[in-house]
Parts: sequence; structure tokens; C-alpha cells
Amino acid sequence: MTVARFWRKIPQRYNLIGTKCETCHRHFFPPRTFCPDCRREGKIVDHKFAGKGTVVTFTIIQTAPDQFASHGPYVLAIIKLDEGPQMTSQVVCDPGEAKIGMRVKSTFRRIATDGESGIIHYGTKFMPE
Amino acid sequence: MRDVAVIGVGCTTFGEKWSESFRDLFIEAGALALEDAHLSGEKIDAMYVGNMSAGRFIEQEHNGALIADYAGMATRHIPSTRVEAACASGGLAFRQAVIAVASGMEDIVVAAGVEKMTDVEPGATTDALAGAADREWEGFVGATFPGLYAMIARDYMHKYSMTREQLAQVAVKNHYNGARNPIAQYQQEITIDTVLRSTMVADPLRLFDCSPITDGAAAVILAPMSRAREFTDTPIKVLATAQASDSIALHDRRDISTLDATVAASQRAFKMAKLTHKDINMVEVHDCFSIAEICAIEDLGFCKKGTAGKFTADGETALGGRIPVNTSGGLKACGHPVGATGIKQVCEIVQQLRGTAGKRQIDGAKIGMTHNVGGTGATVAVHILGRV
Ligand SMILES: [Zn+2]
Repeated sequence: MTVARFWRKIPQRYNLIGTKCETCHRHFFPPRTFCPDCRREGKIVDHKFAGKGTVVTFTIIQTAPDQFASHGPYVLAIIKLDEGPQMTSQVVCDPGEAKIGMRVKSTFRRIATDGESGIIHYGTKFMPE
Repeated sequence: MRDVAVIGVGCTTFGEKWSESFRDLFIEAGALALEDAHLSGEKIDAMYVGNMSAGRFIEQEHNGALIADYAGMATRHIPSTRVEAACASGGLAFRQAVIAVASGMEDIVVAAGVEKMTDVEPGATTDALAGAADREWEGFVGATFPGLYAMIARDYMHKYSMTREQLAQVAVKNHYNGARNPIAQYQQEITIDTVLRSTMVADPLRLFDCSPITDGAAAVILAPMSRAREFTDTPIKVLATAQASDSIALHDRRDISTLDATVAASQRAFKMAKLTHKDINMVEVHDCFSIAEICAIEDLGFCKKGTAGKFTADGETALGGRIPVNTSGGLKACGHPVGATGIKQVCEIVQQLRGTAGKRQIDGAKIGMTHNVGGTGATVAVHILGRV
């Protein structure tokens, strides 16, 4: 990933800045700039998510891509945020501890490394609440 | 719209084909299909080629023209179009070709699919495949393709009572069929133990729950039904073509373990063909992972949600079962050269309908179905084919 591609999404990746539609009050994370329900009547504004949610489903990745290989096995989950939308993220916990329905909260962590001397990407992971 | 017939099919063997290039593969499949249709290349009016990622796999784009050129048609300047929808590229190429013939715009049209996946390191192949999901919000946080399907599997097993052994039976059954298919990448039978003892990839999915990395190509030739008997005594009619889309990311789906695009595409296909699931004699479904076949047979309507594990363990999807699924061996055993898979599925159903499927022949097969998925279900193509 180039620096620019990562940099442009820093507010979203670091601080869970998504969007919401002021017309129908639906929240979006990952952010959307077009409301699928209200379409052109939708009024989209930024929204900072509280970072709390529930694990909907998860897996333990044993065979990891190169940029994640240094982590060892890691828990990857779909998390339903309390504001409504679902997102994919890692959960920082013992793999044996992960459960469907587990309450989690966001935490700022290293996500991936682009090669030995490449840039380190930070972002949001979750941990048991 | 005109009725459309398949008049020829051709498929390379599938596998890690170190000695053959991208060009070798599609030329071989195309030549087999032309020979099967007793047709010479000059009669071809247009081509559609399914290919997911030659740009990543062999650093070659612009494959529509490349393939027409190396098929010897550069000086005839026929329209040749590459179609991309990740693993559903082949199914969509077939659909575009059907639409071209049905509309009356073209007469003799080739629908092909090709993927050369072993010319890059396995890590690069896996990374290219991850582009079938949402790179920005799935891939960048550590989601792999097996990881996404593993999350479907865990959601499914949490909601319904499917055992790990029942899930493994999908791979066991597909290897049994692959062992009876001379083009299959894996032609050896396995047991439930083989699956349960294989390496864990993304819990609960193990290596033998996953389709392999494969080189291969397939091609079919279409003609208006009114002209089909000029070329073959056994034309196979396209009874329905349907396609549907859904959210690119798994986390945005209405239900994690239902592919709503499969439900939508199959309902459209059944309506177009004026048929129900009871009329289908066999189906090729998109089993990129064992759990994908479980979801597919439910979402296509062959059994109720939550019952496909038992349905599979009871042998209902095996050769001779109520609805044989993946007689070719599926993506798991026959192999999964991504852009070619949707076309290979059509080749298998055509062989079954002609009665030429050898040791895996379904007796009295009259109507068959194909189901091709892109990503985790963001694109689905469903086709119904029938003997005439
Ligand atoms: Zn709205």
C-alpha cells in the first residue's frame, strides 16, 4: 500500500470516523458518502463511533498473508458496532477466548508491516471489554 | 429474444501446469470446443473471455484482443471482450455470450475462461485473490479469503446443528467425483479423516476444505437454436441465464451465512425457465470452500436452510442421490482456475445432458444447473441448461 492510500483514510482507520445519514439516521462504518436508503435525499455527515460492539462471527487465521505473518495466529472477527453497522477487524485476545456474542471495545494498534523495512500501518483493533 | 444453444464444449485438464503458458491453455480449450462443434474458426462472430487477474498473475492485461489474436482471428477483427467478476468471471462471460446470441446481434459466439495462477509465488496468488473481497476494509485489516469463508462457517455452525464431519463430507464427496473425471486436478478419493487431520488454515476451515490453486481453460460455443443442428445432433438449450449482485464486503450482508445474491439469481433463473428445483437433475455449485457448497444448495432451494449438512451426509448430493452436486468434482477436486470455473461448470452439465460423462454419468439427465460465485457472494451467475 502506498503512503497516500493509507494516509487518506487515517481519520477512519485511527479514530473510527464513519458517517451517518441525517435524513434516516442510519450509521455507516466503513463510511459511505451515499445513503442506499435515502439516495439523493440523504444528507451524509461525519460521525465518530464510540468503538463498542459485539462479535457476530470470527475465525482464527493460521495461514497469514506476509504483511501479517509476524503476528502468529490472530483472531479476525465481524463486529456489530452499537450504533448499528458491522465491520471486519482483528480482536486482540487469546484465540481460545474468542466467542460469538463477546463484548469488545476498540483499541489503537499496529495492523501490518509492508516488508522488513516498509512502513508500519496502525489502526483500530478490538479487545474484550 | 432468440433461443440459444450450446453446440460445442472444450476444457483443458486442470492442475499445476508448469509446462503450459496462458496462451497455450486458451488455445487448447478453444481448439477442443471448435472440434466438438465441427466448426472452423472463420465462422466465429464474437468472443467473451472470463479472466480474473491476468494482470496480477502474468502481468498481462488486454486479454480479449490477445486471445482473439492467438486464436488466429486478428485479421478478421472480431469483437473480443474480457469479462471480470473475480471467481464469477467465467459465468458472466457465458451470460454475455448468451445475451449476444439471444439478442440477434451475433450468431456464433465463443464464451471462454482462462486462468494461469502458478506463474507467481503462492503468496502473490493469494494476495491477488484477496482482491475479490473489499481490500480497503477487509484485506487491509488481515482478512484472507479462507478467513472470510471461515467466518461464514462459524456463523452457520452457531445457528444450525451441522457437525464438522458433515462439513468434511462435502470434500469427500467431491473427491469421489473428481476421481471419476479425467480432467480433474485431484483424482484420488479421500476420507473424512483426511479432511479433519489436514492443516488448519482459518479455524474451523482446514486445507481440505479449500479449493486449490489451478491452471486451466475452458471454452463453449453458442449458436441460435434455429441453426444449432447445422453443427451438432445434440444441441443443449440455454433455458435460463441470471445474475445478481450484493455488498462487496461480507460484514455488510443481511445474513452472514446466506448468499442473498444466490437466492436472487436462482429465483430469476427458475422464473425464466418456468421450472422449480425439483426439475433439476444435477447442479454444479461454487464450492470454493466446503461451507460454500453447504450454503449454495440451501440458497438455490434444494434443501431447507440449516439442513444441508445432514442432506450431504445422507448422500443426497452424491452420484445417485436426490440431487447430485458437483459431478465434476467441483472446485475442490476438479480444481479452480478462477476465470475458467464458470465455463467448466457449463462443460460438465453439457456432457451430462449429452450422456457422455462416463463414470460420473447421471442416468436420464435432462436438465442441469450451474452456480458461479464471485468473492464471498457479491456476484452470482446461475444458468439452467436442457436437452432438446
Ligand atoms: Zn438515509
